Amino acid sequence: MEDEQSFSDICGGRLALQRRFYSPSCLEFCLSCPRITLRSLTAVTCTVWLAAYGLFTLCENTMILSAAIFITLLGLLGYLHFVKIDHETLLIIDSLGIQMTSSYASGKESTTFIEMGQVNDVVINEAIYMQKVIYYLCILLKDPVEPHGISQVVPLFQSAKPRLDCLIEVYRSCQDILAHQKATSTSP
Amino acid sequence: MGLVSRGAAEAGRGAASAVDRPGPPDAVPNPTPTPPAEGADPGSSRSPGMVLKAFFPTCCASADSGLLVGRWVPEQSSAVVLAVVHFPFIPIQVKELLAQVQQASQVGVTVLGTWCHRRQEPEESLGHFLEGLGAIFSHRPWFQLCRERGSKSWSCKATHWQGPASPAASGEDQVMLIFYDQRKVLLSQLHPPTALPDRQAGDTTASAGGLAAVFDTVARSEALFQSDRFDEGPVRLSHWQSEGMEASILVELAKWAAGPVCLFLACLLSLISAASACRVFKLWPLSFIWSKLSTCEQLRHRLEQLTLIFSTRKAESPAQLMRKANMLVSVLLDVALGLMLLSWLHRKDLIGQLADALIPVADRVAEELQHLLQWLMGAPAGLKMNRALDQVLGRFFLYHIHLWISYIHLMSPFIERILWHVGLSACLGLTVALSILSDIIALLTFHIYCFYVYGARLYCLKIHGLSSLWRLFRGKKWNVLRQRVDSCSYDLDQLRLLVVAVQGLIHLLVDLINSLPLYSLGLRLCRPYRLAAGVKFRVLEHETGRPLRLLMQINPLPYSRVVHTYRLPTCGCHPKHSWGSLCRKLFFGELIYPWRQRGNKQD
Repeated sequence: MEDEQSFSDICGGRLALQRRFYSPSCLEFCLSCPRITLRSLTAVTCTVWLAAYGLFTLCENTMILSAAIFITLLGLLGYLHFVKIDHETLLIIDSLGIQMTSSYASGKESTTFIEMGQVNDVVINEAIYMQKVIYYLCILLKDPVEPHGISQVVPLFQSAKPRLDCLIEVYRSCQDILAHQKATSTSP
Repeated sequence: MGLVSRGAAEAGRGAASAVDRPGPPDAVPNPTPTPPAEGADPGSSRSPGMVLKAFFPTCCASADSGLLVGRWVPEQSSAVVLAVVHFPFIPIQVKELLAQVQQASQVGVTVLGTWCHRRQEPEESLGHFLEGLGAIFSHRPWFQLCRERGSKSWSCKATHWQGPASPAASGEDQVMLIFYDQRKVLLSQLHPPTALPDRQAGDTTASAGGLAAVFDTVARSEALFQSDRFDEGPVRLSHWQSEGMEASILVELAKWAAGPVCLFLACLLSLISAASACRVFKLWPLSFIWSKLSTCEQLRHRLEQLTLIFSTRKAESPAQLMRKANMLVSVLLDVALGLMLLSWLHRKDLIGQLADALIPVADRVAEELQHLLQWLMGAPAGLKMNRALDQVLGRFFLYHIHLWISYIHLMSPFIERILWHVGLSACLGLTVALSILSDIIALLTFHIYCFYVYGARLYCLKIHGLSSLWRLFRGKKWNVLRQRVDSCSYDLDQLRLLVVAVQGLIHLLVDLINSLPLYSLGLRLCRPYRLAAGVKFRVLEHETGRPLRLLMQINPLPYSRVVHTYRLPTCGCHPKHSWGSLCRKLFFGELIYPWRQRGNKQD
């Protein structure tokens, strides 16, 4: 079953949280980031081309204009392929692990999978960033040497940056599954 | 139990019975939901809601009904299915085959359950048959996977029945199906994240990590995949190679020819290294020059690499195999580029043109240098300098230049022939040609290097003197003694800096070519599943009441990690210059040595 809710991120943009419930042991959250707006795209293109035209009037070399067009195109392609994230997905499978996928605007997907044996807990942390206090959801990984220690903190939803209400939703569902997994794994 | 006909094995019937009879869960005409996993039986010793994982190869999804053969990993409650044994079979022979495979591969391969790929016509006797099979191959839990032909609905059940004596004590667990591509998982090599420095990279036990156990199991069960359906063995298996063993004629020929070729080349290389070792250490000046010239270093490095590649010992670990392959590809590419360079040089007759142009250029450079020195010995830009020191240094350098010009004129008849032979050395590789070029530049501009050394030493002294004076006289009013030793240390620099920078650049380029793991990068580009950083899962179509199905795919290693993991060692030491340190040394007057340095630099 699937349901969708609307939240906002720390800067005020609109986010959409889609939750898919496959089974009691498998849950998927998909958080869509605000899209690239026509206004910002036009602003950047106009700035670059005005600067190029300014240089052209100084140097009288038409290569500058062609270079500006190339730079704009390549820059836009590079931005869509390497920087702009379209949506982030969190898939939790009881007894297997947690998978985070970031899908870029050009369609590229980058996936990380953490096995359940390495996961200590999923928590919401507070951080002070410049003048703001922000909350972020993160996975705590177990330390192989010390059984109750923490070796690494993996933050989730770093591009979407949702606010606390959205994080609480995700946190509750994750805790349900983790509790279920701990209960079934401790028994023989 | 004797031979069983295939017809009787075709998918059957039975209403979904209660717990004491593990029959096939679903009827074809009326798809009833599978019995829920919650609510286990009272007699079961397992906890309710325990989810078992079954790793199923995608190649067996369309295979006919039979037995599931694989390995059960109790720590992760997961079953890795490796193959399907088809009807008809004799149980004794199946057990023998499994014992053979177990001995050959050290993997605990057993019969895990039954696999049912049904057509629309139901069969009656399946229930009894499967019960009988469960009794022969006792394995707990016993899996029953079922698929309707032509549709995507799967069902699976895992039961723990204690035997026909106490039928009420069996229980059922929920099963999660994870599909994996057997060929890719077999060939792939998992690279664990580098956050664990104390663990060895190659664990030989199969109990390391959850998914590493699956990869390990599949990789070590090669003995099970050796027979295909054209073999006349007693047992018929279905796995990734059952449609025919995968092999390539070229690879087989290469393997067959590799033995004698390696032996021959290893002998040749050992002769060469013996010859080079016995003559070098006799005379002191020769050995000193040998160690300073970068050409000799490069040749020695290549010789070592070739010896390693053609050694007759097999590679022990996958990392060593990758290193050998990387070296071989790197050497081949080097030689190819060198031959291209050679053909280009000869086509345009560049060598002749270069030889003709060399003498006038050298003359011109010497003339410019002399003019510059004359200017500096006077009053350059109106500055009043230490006249005596200027004259001494100026005459000293003029004499250097005079010697050098005479030496060039002496060599002029032989230049073209020397250059032709040097160009021929590009056959050995582009890096050798670049090293020779670097050495020639060093030899031709040796006088400039001498000026640089004198100037840099004096400049360094001046900087040290000034800084020590500043420390001494800070805070007091004093006429700081002006040390006008600045003879020509930063006005001849343009030519010198260019030469030194070009030498540094050539060295960096040679080191880059030497250390880049080309085979690994090519493998990552063309066969990304061979180098795996991890796995990723995708949830397949899900219907309520059916088991959860996931597809496991391989997540390839990022390029930066490929280069970092498989980088080849270069001459045992990393280059002393990176761009930052080159600039820093130039600015502060530390000496730059254009040849390879061994040991610490004394200042």
